[in-house]
Amino acid sequence: MIRILYFARLKDELELSEETLDYSPSLATISDLKSLLATRGERWQKAFKRTTLTAANQEVVNDSYCIEDNDEIAFFPPVTGG
Amino acid sequence: MSTSKEAPFYISVQTLDFQQSEEYEQLRLAAPKIGAIATFTGLVRELNHNEHADLFLEHYPGMTERSLKKIIQEAQTRWPISHVRLIHRIGHLTPGEQIVFVGVSSAHRKAAFSACEFIMDFLKTEAPFWKKEITEEKEYWVEAKESDALAKKRWGNK
Repeated sequence: MIRILYFARLKDELELSEETLDYSPSLATISDLKSLLATRGERWQKAFKRTTLTAANQEVVNDSYCIEDNDEIAFFPPVTGG
Repeated sequence: MSTSKEAPFYISVQTLDFQQSEEYEQLRLAAPKIGAIATFTGLVRELNHNEHADLFLEHYPGMTERSLKKIIQEAQTRWPISHVRLIHRIGHLTPGEQIVFVGVSSAHRKAAFSACEFIMDFLKTEAPFWKKEITEEKEYWVEAKESDALAKKRWGNK
């Protein structure tokens, strides 16, 4: 099982803050996960078109990161704290 | 998060406001041989065009503290600093309110000044907080600024 979190603009546009997905070897990388999410339709494709950062287990990763079972993945826009 | 006198840093992500004088006193107490304390406070700015906008600060619980800890530890490897206190507020804030506090103590001023600025530059580009501006008519997420990315770049890779 992998847990996916959405923050800020993404959360608002997708109207979803988190979900879980069954882990599967076909979801090898973040790229694969993004491709899967894009199949959900235009709203998902549009949301991810703008710069989106990814964290896996609370560390920033890039699209080639290899997903493992029980990972916590988060998608969010560039940060604006401080 | 640690509050013992021997701890090298204190981090708090909180909704409550903070008192700068209290944080300063804690910095004085935390390390005995210091000769310098540098602090920074970030506030919610009034918008220029007479528009009243409140701020909502969202964050990624867990990763926020982790990210701030990493930034402070990086500062500790670059400069001989004694103690760091970092507070970042979340939730609903109004113009003029305090958002963030960074305080650094060290033996000499150069390390304190530099580390304080470094921590802020990295916090603004790496720590998972997001600001939403809320006016009477609309709500919109603040965009990340190129100037912040550039400010981070000038610190190089050690």
